Amino acid sequence: MNHMKEKGMRLVFLIAACVSILAVALICVFLFANGIPAIGKIGPLKFLRGETWRPSNEIFGIFPMIMGSIYVTAGAILIGVPIAILTSVFLAKYCPKQIYRPLKSATELMAGVPSIVYGFFGLVLIVPMVRDFSHFLVEVTGNKHLNSNGSSMLTASILLGIMILPTIIGVTESAIRSIPDSYYEGSLALGATHERTIFRVILPAAKSGILAGVVLGIGRAIGETMAVIMVAGNQARMPDGLLKGVRTMTANIVIEMGYATDLHREALIATGVVLFVFILIINLCLSVLNRRSNNGN
Amino acid sequence: MEIRNKVTFSDKMKSYLRHPGSGLTALLVLLATLATFFVLIFLIAYILIKGIPFIQLDLFSMHYTSENASLMPSLINTLVMTLLSLAIAAPIGIFSAIYLVEYAKKGSRFVGLVRITAETLTGIPSIVYGLFGMLFFVSTLKWGYSILAGAFTLVIMILPVIMRTAEEALKSVPDSYREASFGLGAGKLRTIFKIVLPSAVPGILAGVILAIGRVVGETAALIYTAGTVAQIPSNLMGSGRTLAVHMYALSSEGLHMDQAYATAVILLVMVLLINWISGMIAKRITKG
Repeated sequence: MNHMKEKGMRLVFLIAACVSILAVALICVFLFANGIPAIGKIGPLKFLRGETWRPSNEIFGIFPMIMGSIYVTAGAILIGVPIAILTSVFLAKYCPKQIYRPLKSATELMAGVPSIVYGFFGLVLIVPMVRDFSHFLVEVTGNKHLNSNGSSMLTASILLGIMILPTIIGVTESAIRSIPDSYYEGSLALGATHERTIFRVILPAAKSGILAGVVLGIGRAIGETMAVIMVAGNQARMPDGLLKGVRTMTANIVIEMGYATDLHREALIATGVVLFVFILIINLCLSVLNRRSNNGN
Repeated sequence: MEIRNKVTFSDKMKSYLRHPGSGLTALLVLLATLATFFVLIFLIAYILIKGIPFIQLDLFSMHYTSENASLMPSLINTLVMTLLSLAIAAPIGIFSAIYLVEYAKKGSRFVGLVRITAETLTGIPSIVYGLFGMLFFVSTLKWGYSILAGAFTLVIMILPVIMRTAEEALKSVPDSYREASFGLGAGKLRTIFKIVLPSAVPGILAGVILAIGRVVGETAALIYTAGTVAQIPSNLMGSGRTLAVHMYALSSEGLHMDQAYATAVILLVMVLLINWISGMIAKRITKG
């Protein structure tokens, strides 16, 4: 009887462990099965390289959205990565012990703030700021093309740059901390200053860990949906300057899924497939990087 | 003997004068850190100051109308959604962690596969979960837009979080506990449930609380699974919006910005509370 119970529970645990495998398999099957046929019907090249998205005329080209996602993510990385790396240097190498705990929980809180709240913050604060900035630029340069209503690529990049900070800070800080103290002491003994040691010895040694943090940040930024929708303007056309609106792949799905039918709906699911493939590639890079940084130590 | 290796503030400043490059770098580090934490404090302060005046009794009436834009139905939906998804995800996550730590051979293929899929799940953006939930739970299983479809979508989303933290927590239980229990004649199952799990509770709880935070803040995965109806559904097969979805609806309609501010305050307070609790638990773990 007892033996049966042991065996039975072992099976239950095994089945539970299979759930995540099953989930990934189901997600792949359902996304690909619903998205790939649409790509076939539209034509892979027309779908991926087409520069016009006009569902009412059955023209489905998602190239503007792919570029939108890439531009916005690149902007977020440009803004977020330097600040995040410097902040994690502070947390790991400068921070006095007394304020470390509160600062660390502040970064955790930052990771916990819902994206919809970030989006709202961007909508009521960053959008008007960018609008005023563009009006200022128009006045100074006289170039009407710079006029913007504030919902733009720049706004989305700034907001995403803020949102990926906690992700990158967390990974980078632990990468810096994993470098043995002997590196630090050796460099100081050679007469280098604290700063020179950190930026010339420790950061290069922690390179692959930091890179993993950046890749994780890219994944977050490219997959972010709600915050981007609220500040990016969402015009479905080729990105046309920092101060103009863009639409990302994620935004495309959420905005149109509510009323889409037939091929339009399938094209949106196919957009999700493209996004999913991006994420899978990013995940692959991440696991390669992680393996490398684990082997290094 | 007095130890003289403490660097005073003036020593540091002198060194920075001798090495201006280092001084500049230190300044940059400080500025970046200030910027990071300034943004967070500013965001919280801005939303609290702007939003608190709009928290009025109207917002808490049991029925949503276009006049009061009440957030009470969404708040209750959020609670139901959180409880339901945890009730399903927590046992699965904890059980699979038990299998990985207590039963599976270390380094076996199966363990590797589970770990890779869990990592993949962590990286998938919430909108992809939303799409999958819509295709599978809403359409294929014919549940329609419903709390149940939303909850199951969230289960998959929070599963890796609970699994990973539970795994860490179980691993950190010393083997001597298990050996002592076996030595006293307890079976494997008894050892797991009476000895290992109780000592891993704080770690597991931290993961569960992290998961609650994700459920409360989730929007993109719920819009096309649980739907956007602003009332409390009569049963789990009905559609209902959570607080985060409610907030998105309000701010994208643009008609109820005051109420959107107030909703943001409630969401933020919930997140602050969740973080505070998980911080308390973490402190307890490190002390123990």
